[in-house]
Amino acid sequence: MRRLLFLAPVLLLVPVLAGFGVGLRHDPSILPSQLIGKPLPAFSLPPLSPDRTGLATADLAGEPVLLNVFASWCVACRVEHPTLMRLKDQGVKIAGLDWKDEAADGAGWLGQNGDPYALTGNDRTGRAGIDLGVSGVPETFVIDRRGQVRYRQVGPITPEVWAQTIGPLMAKLRAES
Amino acid sequence: MKRVLLIAATLSLLAGAARAVTPDEQLPDRKLEARARAISQELRCVVCQNQSIDDSEAPLAHDLRVLLRERIAAGDTDAQAKAYLVQRYGSFVLLRPPFRPETWALWLGPLGVLAVGGIGVVVYFRSRGGGAGALDAADEAELDRLMATAHEGDD
Repeated sequence: MRRLLFLAPVLLLVPVLAGFGVGLRHDPSILPSQLIGKPLPAFSLPPLSPDRTGLATADLAGEPVLLNVFASWCVACRVEHPTLMRLKDQGVKIAGLDWKDEAADGAGWLGQNGDPYALTGNDRTGRAGIDLGVSGVPETFVIDRRGQVRYRQVGPITPEVWAQTIGPLMAKLRAES
Repeated sequence: MKRVLLIAATLSLLAGAARAVTPDEQLPDRKLEARARAISQELRCVVCQNQSIDDSEAPLAHDLRVLLRERIAAGDTDAQAKAYLVQRYGSFVLLRPPFRPETWALWLGPLGVLAVGGIGVVVYFRSRGGGAGALDAADEAELDRLMATAHEGDD
């Protein structure tokens, strides 16, 4: 029995290695959102151009919606853009928050690439993004009927992310009353 | 040559003092600015995570420095100003983690490991010290004899 005590460090090592294994798969640049399960912070943003609508917190309630943070200077947003266009065609309501960007640049970007957004607001100073805890673009928040944040996607929504995570969640939120 | 080297060395010292904080960000009130500097040195930049927002050149760090100074100028205490950012980005932005139930493992973990190791060491030496190690009368006699012989050898 006493001899077996020498195995104790080995047994201790197993959970430590398991912990390291988990740590290696964890992306440290993705910080957990402080908003999950909480209502969206209040903001009211001007439109990108006079012919568009602006974006205010009150607009994002009543039905499940994606709040997509983008910018004309953001390269990864270009990667995400075709997916958003497809989702729009499928009837998903997406709101766009143009972060740290000139309204004209944001409007030009949408004019060039297509506009997947039902509503768009220009957050020139980036303050609304900071209130959301945004650390970069693109980021997407899934908002439920009651205007509460249910999920935050850091980085582009790829077809895989939609199929595995956000799509099922949106379906679930639509089923909620 | 020596003088050139000296000048170069002096200039490189100045470069070390250059910081991300630009003059236009700074508050005119030097006391408030000093407070803002102190706080921003304790806040993590969420873009380049091993730098404080005081050190980081990331645009978001610039925005957060400006925001922090607005809060300070508006009369926030240091704790309120920090809480404002923690509310948005989580306690990960604090470079010095707070002592809370969720960080107990972080603060106390090393002490726990030390305690477990210490107990192990004590148990190990106790189990060795008692039985096999002790000398009986015959051992003592043998030891005395050996010591005496060793001394003779020295002379």
